[in-house]
Amino acid sequence: MKFKAEIDVMPLAALLDPQGKAVTNSMKSLGLGEIDSVRIGKHISLMVEAANESEAKSKVDEACKKLLCNQIMEGYSFKLSAAK
Amino acid sequence: MKFGVVVFPGSNCDEDIVHTLQNILGQEVQKLWHKETDLKGSDFVVIPGGFSYGDYLRSGAIARFSPIMDSVIAHANKGGYVMGICNGFQILCEAGLLPGALLHNNTRKFICKNTFITPQSHTCMISSNLEFGRGYQIPIAHGEGNYYANEGTIKSLNDNDQVIFRYCQEDGQITESVNPNGSVQNIAGVCNIGKNVFGMMPHPERAADYLLNNTDGKELFEGALELIKA
Repeated sequence: MKFKAEIDVMPLAALLDPQGKAVTNSMKSLGLGEIDSVRIGKHISLMVEAANESEAKSKVDEACKKLLCNQIMEGYSFKLSAAK
Repeated sequence: MKFGVVVFPGSNCDEDIVHTLQNILGQEVQKLWHKETDLKGSDFVVIPGGFSYGDYLRSGAIARFSPIMDSVIAHANKGGYVMGICNGFQILCEAGLLPGALLHNNTRKFICKNTFITPQSHTCMISSNLEFGRGYQIPIAHGEGNYYANEGTIKSLNDNDQVIFRYCQEDGQITESVNPNGSVQNIAGVCNIGKNVFGMMPHPERAADYLLNNTDGKELFEGALELIKA
């Protein structure tokens, strides 16, 4: 079976996110001062072949831990769905 | 002592370190293409600066999986010397050979300028043969050089004398005002617990030729070479 994974990789909450900070400041310049706490990460989508959802989940987990995310500075979460 | 300089697609300081080691310090140097798996008898492997794989995903994240890296990791695990400069430092952190990670500079800018760093570790050969309390003028050129590790890791780095350099004033004093990129405790370079793997963001190879009017970086290499030969 083929599954689609939609992965979000975000800088850890405890760390300064310079991109997010710059964009937050731009919101004020735009006149959208109500917008605050912008944080910027990455969205990664991929397809994975697996016998079932739990196998797909463990493969995506491995990809995140070994390559897609550096857990010293980032965290990740993902959603899996059966590919049409 | 035979040096091996690893070249990745996007490395751009490989020629600088080869020039420094070969022409200035008279060492035997060979380049090692990242697709190779043989270190060809290199005793000391250098991972140079640059933008390996265009810094895609994260700096150093993809280079870490180049074929040669398994041999570099095996060499390090056997106690062989490995030094990463700038992007090389990022790659060694990604490979798990050095603790911590390099975040985006807190200034949000790419910084290319001279900085001063001062030796810290009395037991790591990259710094131990230098003059303590003094500032060495070594340039930096990076967008992601903000050294970060969690509190426990920083404590163990300090406890085990693994911090090799900190950013400092010209007179060697370590102050927050001269921290160029937000690095925890002004850390500019660290080594592993075995003291055979070293990483630093500043570029000593860019400050080693008298034609460039600054040879502070040369002292760093000379200090280490003296200890290797001793």
